[in-house]
Amino acid sequence: MLEIRNLHARIVDDGTEIIRGLNLTVKAGEVAAIMGPNGSGKSTLSYILAGREDYEVTEGDILYNGRSILEMDPAERATSGIFLAFQYPMEIPGVATMEFLKVAMNEQRKARGEEPLKIPEFLKRVKDAAALLDMDMAMLKRPLNVGFSGGEKKRAEILQMKLLEPKLCVLDETDSGLDIDALKIVSEGVNALRAPDRAIVIITHYQRLLQYIVPDSVHVLYRGQVVKSGDKSLALDLEANGYAGVIGQAA
Amino acid sequence: MPAVQDTIDRVRKIDVDQYKYGFQTEIAMDKAPKGLSEDIIRFISAKKDEPSWMLEWRLEAYRRWVTLDEPKWARVHYPKIDFQDLYYYAAPKSTPGPTSLSDVDPELLRVYEKLGIPLREQEILAGVQKTDASELEEASDNVYKSGRVAVDAVFDSVSVVTTFKKELAQAGVIFCSISEAIREHPDLVKKYLGSVVPTSDNFYATLNSAVFTDGSFVFVPKGVRCPMELSTYFRMNEKNTGQFERTLIIAEEGAYVSYLEGCTAPQRDENQLHAAVVELIALDDAEIKYSTVQNWYPGDAEGKGGIYNFVTKRGDCRGHRSKISWTQVETGSAITWKYPSCILRGDDSSGEFYSIAVSNGYQQVDSGTKMIHLGKNTSSRIISKGIAAGFSQNTYRGQVSAHRKATNARNFTNCDSLLIGDQCGAHTVPYMEAKNATAQFEHEATTSKISEDQKFYVMQRGIPEEEAIALIVNGFVKDVIQQLPMEFAVEAQKLIGISLEGSVG
Repeated sequence: MLEIRNLHARIVDDGTEIIRGLNLTVKAGEVAAIMGPNGSGKSTLSYILAGREDYEVTEGDILYNGRSILEMDPAERATSGIFLAFQYPMEIPGVATMEFLKVAMNEQRKARGEEPLKIPEFLKRVKDAAALLDMDMAMLKRPLNVGFSGGEKKRAEILQMKLLEPKLCVLDETDSGLDIDALKIVSEGVNALRAPDRAIVIITHYQRLLQYIVPDSVHVLYRGQVVKSGDKSLALDLEANGYAGVIGQAA
Repeated sequence: MPAVQDTIDRVRKIDVDQYKYGFQTEIAMDKAPKGLSEDIIRFISAKKDEPSWMLEWRLEAYRRWVTLDEPKWARVHYPKIDFQDLYYYAAPKSTPGPTSLSDVDPELLRVYEKLGIPLREQEILAGVQKTDASELEEASDNVYKSGRVAVDAVFDSVSVVTTFKKELAQAGVIFCSISEAIREHPDLVKKYLGSVVPTSDNFYATLNSAVFTDGSFVFVPKGVRCPMELSTYFRMNEKNTGQFERTLIIAEEGAYVSYLEGCTAPQRDENQLHAAVVELIALDDAEIKYSTVQNWYPGDAEGKGGIYNFVTKRGDCRGHRSKISWTQVETGSAITWKYPSCILRGDDSSGEFYSIAVSNGYQQVDSGTKMIHLGKNTSSRIISKGIAAGFSQNTYRGQVSAHRKATNARNFTNCDSLLIGDQCGAHTVPYMEAKNATAQFEHEATTSKISEDQKFYVMQRGIPEEEAIALIVNGFVKDVIQQLPMEFAVEAQKLIGISLEGSVG
């Protein structure tokens, strides 16, 4: 589903190269965890997948379902099924969460040539998804992410992910800022999205989240490259021994 | 990318020439020769069948006007206007005083059909009552149900059709064109016309006093709550015709009226001058709510053409506990010079100003308000949202003053500016003056840019760039949109989106 080939990317503003020859393949139905120390390029990778203009791909390619997505803007990537759950979701003052959900869902439907959702159907979907994530409907009347706690923001991200039904989900440090109860709820929400036709990429610094969302593969990112790949035991190994061993081998 | 190339691309992408109402209807016009003189004023007055006192009033204004110079203090730049190169009177040739739809020029009805917004003109003109409840979306907070609107349609300079007159008359409300009011209700007009904006007020108001050709007149008698929203559509049509509407609204003791003004104009190359005067008078315990959506042609991508809009709007809270509220959504015009103001004369009176001013392309907006506190315990509130995109300049200019007798005057001002792109400018020019030590004025102002982070976030949900900007901007202006009646709220949101098309490079 996702194939990243020898990807090199740099920051447009100052030319700093962040991704340096990254290779990664994630199949449909797979849950892949990307781990690595701070500054290894994890969040940058998520932004590049989503099409952020601050980064420039200088070499290599990103194939999604066999097609390069490098020329697509963020909205086109999103409507084609790529979703990024942000580490720091943005506040959108004056736009009720509910309104935002409706616009996003209907824009995606429009891009696929589908009719807008009828209001009762829309409300039903939102209610069901909110219940699963233990979210209060009253919260959804508030402007998106404005004044939300860290945990509320993350839940709102997973809520959007669930409602937009993406095919490739990228979760950037979704566990950061979550207490243990919220972590469980969010993890259940993600687990419920596991499906044979959907790939999930989890970017995380700690193994903690992977206790709840058990990955099929684990990849260690360091200095803009995948330096080691393995199964879920690799994450446990990292937890026990730190990154030093893996990084040492790569160096 | 080199800056030069970037600039070229940006210019190419700014296509403000997307004015969706740029058509010109062909209705035979009856117009005065170009230029302005006492003879032209006599011609206008005669065409309008006016009494001699009205003609004298106009001539007096004209004689003063020729001694005045155009004001230069606003932050707007434009080539000098040749006032002798304009037509001052144009009216569609129509049978006077149509009483039903079939009497109305079908071409005019087609104009309304093309406009299509925000009132369902056809139905309303046909007297159809409609509630929009089925179309209101549950997820939207802007729920305001008002099924009935009376329209006084101003086609160029003459009111062509007025609806709901009968029902209004039963309530004792007078809603007609100012010309008709001059003929039918001379005592009221004499008493109030020019009592808020005197003929000597300013260059454009003085010009208007000399040459105004039409506008609306509303009189709501003591204790009456006007049973429906009143609405006038102004629409400039004939080429090179300056528009000089005069609107006068009077709410007697305890009366209430909500008035909606909305405008679109056909596209053309020549700049058009528009200098309206609106006067509101609220007596004891009366309330007037005046809402405007202004969507005149802003000019093309190079800043050519477009309407020059020099407007004087002022409300007088003449009575105790009276209230006047201005709400405006300004998206059009090449140049906007407009400061709807409140004179808070009565004790415990209050004034409000809610404004959204959107500028794109080469538009120049210099708009704001004046709150003049004269009475005791008077309060005012100013919420202004300026959005600048393209190469536009957007200035908020406001004055809050407390007279020495204005004990306990209160004002709250909030001016927020939002910039889209890096070629535009937003400016805030607040003046505050308190001559009474008990006055309390608060002022908040912010300027922000739509951040790349916000835009990226919204787009990542599958919302295309321009829709993403429109969504963020509509969130930014929500406080003001909520002040608008439903008919305008929905339209205003769409209009803001349309106005910002092409604003991102």
